[in-house]
Amino acid sequence: MASESVQKTLSVALVLCVVCAVVVSSAAVILRPTQEENKLLDLKTNILASAGLLRQDIDVETQFEQITSRIVDLETGRFTESIDIATFDQRKSSKDPATSTALSPANDPAKIKRRENYATVYIVSGDSGLEKIILPIKGYGLWSTLYGFLALEADLKTVAGIGFYEHAETPGLGGEIDNPKWKASWIGKQAYNEGEIAISVIKGKADLSRPEGAYQIDGLAGATLTTRGVHNLVQYWLGEEGFAPLIGYLKSGDA
Amino acid sequence: MANIKDTLLEPIVVNNPIALQILGICSALAVTSSMKVSFVMCLALTVVCAFSNFFVSLIRHHIPGSIRIIVQMIIIASLVIVVDQVLKAVAYDVSKQLSVFVGLIITNCIVMGRAEAFAMKNPPIPSFLDGIGNGLGYSVILMIVAFFRELFGAGTLWGVVVLPVETNGGWYVANGMMLMPPSAFVLIGLLIWGLRSWKKTQVEKADFKITKNSQPSEVI
Repeated sequence: MASESVQKTLSVALVLCVVCAVVVSSAAVILRPTQEENKLLDLKTNILASAGLLRQDIDVETQFEQITSRIVDLETGRFTESIDIATFDQRKSSKDPATSTALSPANDPAKIKRRENYATVYIVSGDSGLEKIILPIKGYGLWSTLYGFLALEADLKTVAGIGFYEHAETPGLGGEIDNPKWKASWIGKQAYNEGEIAISVIKGKADLSRPEGAYQIDGLAGATLTTRGVHNLVQYWLGEEGFAPLIGYLKSGDA
Repeated sequence: MANIKDTLLEPIVVNNPIALQILGICSALAVTSSMKVSFVMCLALTVVCAFSNFFVSLIRHHIPGSIRIIVQMIIIASLVIVVDQVLKAVAYDVSKQLSVFVGLIITNCIVMGRAEAFAMKNPPIPSFLDGIGNGLGYSVILMIVAFFRELFGAGTLWGVVVLPVETNGGWYVANGMMLMPPSAFVLIGLLIWGLRSWKKTQVEKADFKITKNSQPSEVI
């Protein structure tokens, strides 16, 4: 049969490849703007939700107008203008050796291996200046890296909310970190005690009648390792290696 | 006309790709923890299966036998990428939950199996219908499995609370096992059992017959 000749085989393969390549690439190019928009919208929704600001009745874009994004140099702990915020991709920069620092295992409680040199933080400002600050956090749980945001109130030590927008923990056990009730238990807890990190996720129930209760969050039953991961990553990102220097400068007013 | 109807409807019960041909099990286990996600997956698979059958059948006289599998693969892969891109643009949340599984439609045995078994030998329109039929057969099983997994695992149906779970202040203690992929194995097993008790013709002939134990007198 004619379709079995070498020439026919080659030409069919070639034509098919060209046609498919054109179809695939045009789909990708045409749809890219909408995809980027979706991605950004999703990120903004997560940022708002973690700070407890998300409202269903108002458009996310309008709600986001109250938030300013700033880039922090994690080495110095100060805001920096040297990076273009419009093109900065924190996730990508944490993998690039040029824009991240390798962590030794002893120095890496959140098990992230490399820490990016720059991070984007989100500031909610009102009439009296800073109202809330939303910090990106990440770290390893049981199965996966958890990506999320932790929001602090204007006093820079009271937790305003927490949320993880990406993880692959066991549904029903570690996945309960998405449970609204558990997330709500973070709100109002004190992250720092006299400048020292004090917040911790404990096994069992926090005793609210004792002074430590203000710094403790109940661990999730059946999710010891995920909870421990959350504890470690919160400690790490609020610590000296993370955002503690920035918070210090913000308090003294020269960030 | 009866033929067209058969092509379309036969894969749903009589020749179901999951329950009888035991194809496409991997995604049936992975994405069925919620009905909404399963529905999008079914839609994606049905579209890919129908169009890949259609295009393969359209050029079936020109496909050289030596490279036919790879030709089918290219057509399927291109369609899957297009579907994935469209999902990312119009249903971002769901596409995030489906993550790699949309991409894995490429390796879904149903799509490949129908292209090779049906589309290579039949004209485009029946092939298209066969693709839709098999997609529907896959969808029926997925939706049934997702119904039970979401209801008993999370106490919701299509995201709407039906059984208020204990962790949110309700009374229902959720069955965590249902949210894990292995539970789908059990459910699909039960479905196949049910289907074969109803349609006896689906029961395979035994490959061998176990004979009676030898009598002691014969051994000695």
